[in-house]
Amino acid sequence: MSAQSQETLVQLDDIYKKFSISGDFLDQLKFKQGRIVREQEFVHAINGVSLAVKRGEALCVVGESGCGKSTVARTVMGLLNPSQGSVHYDGQRIDNLNDRALMPYRRKMQMIFQNPYASLNPRMTIAQTLQEPVTLHNPGWSGQEVRDKVAEVMFSVGIDPSWGERHPHEFSGGQRQRISIARALAVGPEFIVADEPISALDVSIQAQVLNLMMDAQEQHNLTYLFITHDLSVVEHFGTRVAVMYLGSLCELAPTKALFSTPRHPYSQALLSAIPRLDDNRPQHIKLQGEVPTPVNLPPGCVFHGRCPHVNDRCKREIPQLIATDDGGQVACHGVEEGRI
Amino acid sequence: MALLEVNNLEVSFGLRSGGVKALRDINFKLDRGERIGVVGESGAGKSVLGFSILNLISNPGSITGGEILFEGKNLSKLSASELRSVRGNRISMIFQDPMMTLNPVLTIGEQMVECLLAHRKIRKEDARNIALQKLKQVYIPSPETRLDQYPHELSGGMRQRIVIAIGLLMDPDIIIADEPTTALDVTIQAEIMELMLELCERNNVALILITHDLGVVSQVTQRTIVMYAGRIIEQGPTKEIINDAQHPYTQGLMNALPQMAVPGARLNQIRGAMPALQRIPTGCAFSPRCDYTTETCRHTLPGFTESGNCLVACHMVAEMKREAAQVASLAQEVKG
Repeated sequence: MSAQSQETLVQLDDIYKKFSISGDFLDQLKFKQGRIVREQEFVHAINGVSLAVKRGEALCVVGESGCGKSTVARTVMGLLNPSQGSVHYDGQRIDNLNDRALMPYRRKMQMIFQNPYASLNPRMTIAQTLQEPVTLHNPGWSGQEVRDKVAEVMFSVGIDPSWGERHPHEFSGGQRQRISIARALAVGPEFIVADEPISALDVSIQAQVLNLMMDAQEQHNLTYLFITHDLSVVEHFGTRVAVMYLGSLCELAPTKALFSTPRHPYSQALLSAIPRLDDNRPQHIKLQGEVPTPVNLPPGCVFHGRCPHVNDRCKREIPQLIATDDGGQVACHGVEEGRI
Repeated sequence: MALLEVNNLEVSFGLRSGGVKALRDINFKLDRGERIGVVGESGAGKSVLGFSILNLISNPGSITGGEILFEGKNLSKLSASELRSVRGNRISMIFQDPMMTLNPVLTIGEQMVECLLAHRKIRKEDARNIALQKLKQVYIPSPETRLDQYPHELSGGMRQRIVIAIGLLMDPDIIIADEPTTALDVTIQAEIMELMLELCERNNVALILITHDLGVVSQVTQRTIVMYAGRIIEQGPTKEIINDAQHPYTQGLMNALPQMAVPGARLNQIRGAMPALQRIPTGCAFSPRCDYTTETCRHTLPGFTESGNCLVACHMVAEMKREAAQVASLAQEVKG
């Protein structure tokens, strides 16, 4: 991994994001006790997440489906507007900018999506797909300059530049993901958000793509926000790890510290569930019950319904992130009180 | 006699561009109560293997060679009604996505009772009681209420438990589970795998677990089959395959896992990708991606070599072993 500074590149402050699930205005009107009232229900996807991505690091966000990790990625990229809170990039607030003002930031921030079958336009050739962002962000460039740049990034991700006239369906999943990475790299970004970039790929191809991402990080001094549910990848790839549960940040810690001594009860359960090659029988911490719905959030700690260490305070009071001695942060009353 | 014996199985799919062989020379045995894992990348033929055992291959595919002997009966030669008495009764199947497996317009109870009545001549109330008992076996909370619920009212993990309960309804001899936890989260996966392991052990049910996750295989199964481009390339005791893989592909697959690498270092990747079935190279299908390839590998299909307790389809096994021994003795000398 490249040398890191402590300088913050991207800062999320107390982000909330809720999605209405009540349909449009007319659907929301209900007739109650002789009056027409408007009622709305929300999915609370993120609830007060604060996170700082430091320059040069690979910050991994892990959690189970529905915990809000992809929403975090999209909010950072400006693909979603936060309902509350702010996003700063290099000290500049970006979540309230309009499209035109956001352009220079879009060039610095790029995204790689999960499914390379859906994220490449099937009707465009690879060359067209890759040229589009280059032309858009470098309006003064000649055709030849654009083509040279595209050939350069294709070469750097291991795709033969002479394949530029082919369409996405002619490539395998791994090759398509390389092309997605090439598209992100083509505009010379410094920050890349990768939303489950290897989940759709086979093991041997996953290794190829991960290696490519690590090489790119070294060559271009990139910063990653890496969203994944695969904890063994995190252990390998991440500088720091953020564990999310039901829209809240449970724990944020340097990778080594998290994997050796997870503090939050949910992190402990999550890590114990990784199927390891070396043990003979699964030995994992069993959680009671299931993830509650993000429509009606439980009061207090969102994890209290399944936590083995729950007490009365957990049911009432939302835990705040506190610093731990290994350089991480954890949101748990039990850890704060020294019970866990 | 083995409970299930597959000999020289070949499955082909007729395509407009000509036929492709999705499975070739598949040979393996499964004993009563044994748990066997089938691993490989997508397109290796793992699922086709699972389907073909119950003759669930549909047009344009068909079993074009070999035999599948279940207690000595060739399943691929049975009539439709004879096959029905085996399917879901003696051999049951669990699929990847529980939402696709369960009928959305029937309650859990209706689906379970329907299955029981199809195979046994019993009263409806008795069938319901058996269903209830099976739901208890898979630790479904408040099973009485669940019987009258629809699949959409349950979570993914709960649905997969129901599917497992249905798989166990007829007390089968074999369960074929095709990626049963791939659609689930890691904590739920751990619970489901533990449950399946417990149920198989308690009821002495044999399990064929099809998965791409080597971690799951190492925890649950006793033997492992590794597939590549429609062929078995290595099979043997799971422990040996995990710790001391012989085939270069299996080695590559193991080494590619992030768990096996130093954190932050480059992963050991296998170059290239698995060939499409229409374009399988002559000789060893893995030869274009292999580091040990020789002329022989490019021209001759490797047969199986016994190596320890494993069967390995590779020309170079003996050669690689000799090399490893040399390296070890050299290392010894350097130390001395």
